[in-house]
Amino acid sequence: MRLTLHVWRQRNGRAEGQFVKYDMPNASEDMSFLEMLDVLNEGLVAQGQDPVAFDHDCREGICGMCGFVINGVPHGPERGTTACQLHMRKFKDGDELWIEPWRASAFPVLKDLSVNRSAFDRIIQAGGFISVHTGSAPDGNALPIAKEASDRAMDAAQCIGCGACVAACPNASASLFTAAKIGHLGLLPQGQPERDRRAVSMVERMNAEGFGHCSNLGECEAACPKEISIEFIARMNRDYLGGAFSQRPAGARIED
Amino acid sequence: MQTATAGQGAARTPLARFFASTLGRKAVMALTGVVMFGFLLGHLAGNLLMFAGKNATGTAYRMDEYAAQLHSMPALVWGTRVVLLLSVAAHVWVAVSLASMSSAARPVAYKVVKTQQATLASKFMKYGGFLIFAFIVYHLLHFTVGVAHHDFKPGQVYANVVAGFSQPAVSGAYAVAMVSLCLHLYHGLYSFFLTMGFNHPTYTPRIRTGAQVVAVALAAGFLSIPVAVLAGVIKA
Ligand code: HEM
Ligand code: FES
Repeated sequence: MRLTLHVWRQRNGRAEGQFVKYDMPNASEDMSFLEMLDVLNEGLVAQGQDPVAFDHDCREGICGMCGFVINGVPHGPERGTTACQLHMRKFKDGDELWIEPWRASAFPVLKDLSVNRSAFDRIIQAGGFISVHTGSAPDGNALPIAKEASDRAMDAAQCIGCGACVAACPNASASLFTAAKIGHLGLLPQGQPERDRRAVSMVERMNAEGFGHCSNLGECEAACPKEISIEFIARMNRDYLGGAFSQRPAGARIED
Repeated sequence: MQTATAGQGAARTPLARFFASTLGRKAVMALTGVVMFGFLLGHLAGNLLMFAGKNATGTAYRMDEYAAQLHSMPALVWGTRVVLLLSVAAHVWVAVSLASMSSAARPVAYKVVKTQQATLASKFMKYGGFLIFAFIVYHLLHFTVGVAHHDFKPGQVYANVVAGFSQPAVSGAYAVAMVSLCLHLYHGLYSFFLTMGFNHPTYTPRIRTGAQVVAVALAAGFLSIPVAVLAGVIKA
């Protein structure tokens, strides 16, 4: 199949970027999207040009490294699929594709389609520790967990931190990511002791990183390769609203 | 990027931190929105007296009697006005602050913009909100202060409404505002529950439907009056 690609090229974070048009005469339907870009890059290298930079690692949809926006949709048109698992058979011969990096001030472009997502790591760090006994493994089933809670925690824990939610949101909000991280610990008994504090400090970190607010549009959920539900955002709101006023100044006494 | 450190955050009061956060501001937006919604229900109920004609003795319009009675209770009128003014001010302040944070969060726009599941109403919030704000100003100048009315008679509510709406351009402006309000309320009422942390697989879809029904009914209720005036059902 023959494709026309318009790829965002940007030398580094300070440089101006622009779209560059490439003709892709020989894409195969069986290639993944990243393999198609590999072919493009081999051609560029053979001509002595700079290859297109894009992030990738596992190429099996589990690491969260890959991702860019294809014709306005993060990870492209197939729902619940990362760019590395998207196959070219989802496109038609003659298609024209616009390929752009995640666009958010909190995700500065490093080069071309590759952005710096360290802001996500800092949100996770802001969550802090959980109180569990370390050392030898606990007895199996010593800690009862309701089936429904563990299922939902696992749904949230599927988040691979790719950033598609931020990319899809018109406000560049990191609510779905933050909510998934708050939710998966908050649903489990191990996450209870620090639950309030964790919700508040992760939300405040998310704001400090410069992500926008949630308008409850649901675009993040539609873009998420793990199909994480915005139900978790409502849960984050609940934890935050409950936690915001539950923290007491250090050393405060009951009578105070 | 290491601006708000834990140390700084802890020094501020919980309330200051709450108002600084996007989630706190959204809660302000949702709560003030619901206060305004509550007012609209009462306002609509009062307005529908336009259909009630004259009192039993035929001496006055029921609408005018109701208005006179309301204004004989200044504490109620001014209490409501103050609450509404504060709600509108807080709602608009939050809307503007969040919108500016959101445009700072995406400084470079996408070349291709495509939404997958956002409703029309949800995408129209900012623009509809702006139209509603402009409408509130116009509406107050039109029927409350009277300077935007071509034939305003203080205290004669019924006559002012009939005269006002018999001008098609005026009715048209009200129609635009009510369609905006309908869209705003549909997404707003649905969103209120999510913002306040309520989500349930059974009830959230029902809330969405309920919000649609309420938003359409409210806008249709308000619109029935200019339509009735233009159709000659309500006349001087
Ligand atoms: C006065 C002019 C108004 C402006 C400028 C305005 C603006 C906005 C904006 C921009 C949003 C969406 C914020 C976001 O999530 O991105 C919003 C939400 C909302 N508005 Fe308004 N609005 C106005 C009037 C009203 C009125 C009259 C009502 C009620 C009758 C109302 C009820 C709501 C509700 C319930 C929400 C939902 C809050 C949430 O998302 O949880 N608004 N408004
Ligand atoms: S490369 Fe690992 S998820 Fe795509």
